[in-house]
Amino acid sequence: MNTLRSEPHNPKQARATVFFITIAILIAAVFIISMNTGSLSMSPLDVIRTLFGQGTDQQKLALFDFRLPRIVISLLIGAGLAVSGCLLQGVVRNPIADPGILGVNAGAGVMVVLFITYFPNKTIAPVWLLPCLAFIGASLAALLLVMLAYKKNIGLSPTKLILSGIAVAAGLNALMIVLTIQLDSDNYQFLAAFLAGSIWGTDWRFVVALLPWLVIILPFVFYKARVLDLLNLGDHIATGLGAPVQRARLTFLAAAVALAASCVAVSGSIGFVGLIAPHIARRLIGTTHKVLLPASALLGALLVLIADTLSRVIDIPAGLIVAMLGAPYFLYLLAKMR
Amino acid sequence: MDISSKKGSSEPQHPIQIKSRPWAAMSIILIGLLALLLGLMLSVSFGAKDIDLATVWSAIFRFNPDLTEHQVIHALRLPRVLAGAMVGASLAVAGAMMQGMTRNPLADSGLLGLNAGAGLALALCFAFFPGLPFLSLMLFSFLGATLGGVLIFGIGSISMGGLTPMRLTLAGAAISALLLAFSQGIALHYRVGQSMTFWYAGGVAGTRWDQVELMFPWIIGGLIGAMLLSRFITLLSFGEEFAVGLGMRVLPIKIALFFIVLMLAGISVAVAGVIGFIGLLIPHLTRALVGVDYRWIIPCSAVLGALLVVAADFGARMINMSFETPVGALIALIGVPFFLYLVRKERRELT
Repeated sequence: MNTLRSEPHNPKQARATVFFITIAILIAAVFIISMNTGSLSMSPLDVIRTLFGQGTDQQKLALFDFRLPRIVISLLIGAGLAVSGCLLQGVVRNPIADPGILGVNAGAGVMVVLFITYFPNKTIAPVWLLPCLAFIGASLAALLLVMLAYKKNIGLSPTKLILSGIAVAAGLNALMIVLTIQLDSDNYQFLAAFLAGSIWGTDWRFVVALLPWLVIILPFVFYKARVLDLLNLGDHIATGLGAPVQRARLTFLAAAVALAASCVAVSGSIGFVGLIAPHIARRLIGTTHKVLLPASALLGALLVLIADTLSRVIDIPAGLIVAMLGAPYFLYLLAKMR
Repeated sequence: MDISSKKGSSEPQHPIQIKSRPWAAMSIILIGLLALLLGLMLSVSFGAKDIDLATVWSAIFRFNPDLTEHQVIHALRLPRVLAGAMVGASLAVAGAMMQGMTRNPLADSGLLGLNAGAGLALALCFAFFPGLPFLSLMLFSFLGATLGGVLIFGIGSISMGGLTPMRLTLAGAAISALLLAFSQGIALHYRVGQSMTFWYAGGVAGTRWDQVELMFPWIIGGLIGAMLLSRFITLLSFGEEFAVGLGMRVLPIKIALFFIVLMLAGISVAVAGVIGFIGLLIPHLTRALVGVDYRWIIPCSAVLGALLVVAADFGARMINMSFETPVGALIALIGVPFFLYLVRKERRELT
């Protein structure tokens, strides 16, 4: 693969190193700030003391049972959705692909609407039921999409996949609108918050449910990153270079679906992370997926963590803050690049 | 004899074969217009109160203000179906133009930030000035749509390297998301989301004559402009280098095209809310039927788009008389399976 890197890659490597260090520092900083943020005020020193087991019971409760799981979940979701988006953009070779395009958000949304239509009194249901339903809805939508786009002998064509995806999402959204209009005001508000993307699975059980997906899938796709580079060259060249195009495409797609569905189930639709984190990363460190995938993951994690921290201060869903922060920065990058 | 056979044999060797089917296109336009006329008649005549076609005829051509039926037709049904036809034609043509210009099969007028801009304006109106009259809501919504379009166009143009299709697409997606986030935030905070959804998905119900008169010249002007520039869209759809190589001055043409899209889609969004799927469905359908020449795609899209919205609006009224099913949702529910079939059947890659 040396031909792909004919350009001098030392400055590029240095750039990537700087990028990763900066993001890591930023994540650590926001992590500390996020630990301080909330109704119970704590100084950074208190936070660090409590982390090492020296705090009062109240401080321990706030940190370990409320703030820490939420922070961990934000990081996981950000990384998962960003990688999912990056994979999709690579697989379908369209820059505006994001997890939402698979219909996963819409699928999860329909399930949530159905749930609150038929069980308006949602306090009775166990707390894990809604994420489970959302996960089922998201996976069903994605499965439906792949079945529709897959063709015997030909396999998956990127354009067909993405067009079918948009269609499936449009259909599910329409269904949702028809169902939504009959909802009462409180339930509508709940649904709107879900759709806008707010992290509502906030205890350790959700971390435990989410973690396996990421721990298995992320290293796998990082390891396979080079195949994605090949896919980007186009089907013919990739096949010529010995890449199993169809199989790779299905594998990456499955990975993207699994990541998106599991994240959306806990977070609502923060799909925009999946669109924007890979693009920002691409503009900062280039298009080689080996670097791009982990970079997107870290950027996504950082973005969602910032957004969730802010959303605790000003009462707006994290998904909206992601868009409000991410979009201007992305536009700036877009305008600056030649 | 000799000459004609030579002609016949030389045709297939033509270097660039543009797949275009003028006859199919012409018959689509002709049959489509007839069907549209029939649809308009039916839509005017049936409703909560059925009125026979003869009365419809006389209401249009010999209007008598003393008759209730004539009043119903004149004040309620006629403006509604006419607005539906215009909105459908505009959205379909705007979608086709966007897809041709950006060379992205996913593009539609929503990508220009129009829907998101209109949504933000509406959210602001509902949150801070509740109880605005319909006409001013429409005006603000158009202003919002324009703002969204201008933002995207502006950011695309000031950036170094100019307004490439890729940059336009990305800027469009990002700005749409940004504006949408703001309007969702406002809607959540002031709890106006549901009334917004209702307005948004409302379609052409409640359109009045003054609105129809207001939009008519602009829409017709936009459609004619699109027709006049359609051959440039064909060139752009083969790639910008290609167009430049053929001696086309790309930038002024692009600006003119954007202006037309803005006008067509902005007015439609202001009048009918977001009828999202139509700008995607109709151009793809048309392309499958008549080929890649935009001189045919544009008029066929206009006719088919108008037909679809009129039919869907009619359907939305007939499904459940007391409760208006949102037209946009109905179009999506009908259109999606069809679109999926179309995508599946299509053998060519659309990029």
